[in-house]
Amino acid sequence: MVQDMVSNKPISESMIIASVPSAVSDVCKPVLAELEANNFSQEDSFAVHLAIEEAFLNAVRHGNKMDPAKKIKIDYLINTDKVEISMTDDGSGFNPKAVPDPRCGENLYKSGGRGLFLIESYMDVVEFNESGNSVRMIKYKQKVSQSE
Amino acid sequence: MSPLKPRISVEYVENATIITFTDEKILEDNDIAALQESVMSIVEPAQHLNLIFDFGNVRFLSSAVLGLLIRISKKVYENDSNLLLCNINPKIYEIFKITRLTKVFDIYKDVEAAIVSLNQTE
Repeated sequence: MVQDMVSNKPISESMIIASVPSAVSDVCKPVLAELEANNFSQEDSFAVHLAIEEAFLNAVRHGNKMDPAKKIKIDYLINTDKVEISMTDDGSGFNPKAVPDPRCGENLYKSGGRGLFLIESYMDVVEFNESGNSVRMIKYKQKVSQSE
Repeated sequence: MSPLKPRISVEYVENATIITFTDEKILEDNDIAALQESVMSIVEPAQHLNLIFDFGNVRFLSSAVLGLLIRISKKVYENDSNLLLCNINPKIYEIFKITRLTKVFDIYKDVEAAIVSLNQTE
């Protein structure tokens, strides 16, 4: 059996990024490249990509109130089993439990309010710090069945 | 202001106006704004349109696009028009399903199925 050319060494990076929507690609590109290098499935990459987009744009819009002078701190760790990403904005935070379910009642017809719900749907662990300006997200590598 | 990229193509088939999203990824605010401008220029001035949105090229989108679709659909229904979505790839369809937007939008397998449905309701 040919061994996959994957390093078992975890990748751990920190970066501080300008709080502008277009800067999300500075996070997505290196993370998605590492997921591919570590043989994460396309479904996993899709999920992580979506979570990064939604969390970053929430941080820019709601956390940092579209102030380009503010920053977003990103920490990520990727190994052969999981990817863990933390994002911290310069805002005063929010209460994630107070965000209404976008699937219920009139919320279903609102144009916003689905970002956090999608993050929670696609990631395995989603935790906020006490003040709510920092989110930690984990996705475990999808197990591929023997028959595939 | 940077020029808008072609975000949609428009085709008229039978009684339907088919709007195809040409980008593979629809993400950034500029993408959304350009899309909104392009689509609204077709939707706003017309009444009784049969609109079909073809997502065949789209491989990734964010919740901002879902918001855009909701905004467009409100304008569509105000103008007594119809809106059908089609050709949505399975990963993106999952987003519609998880958010229960499958209850809000009429979604069809492909353009042909959408046109058949329009013909049946007329």
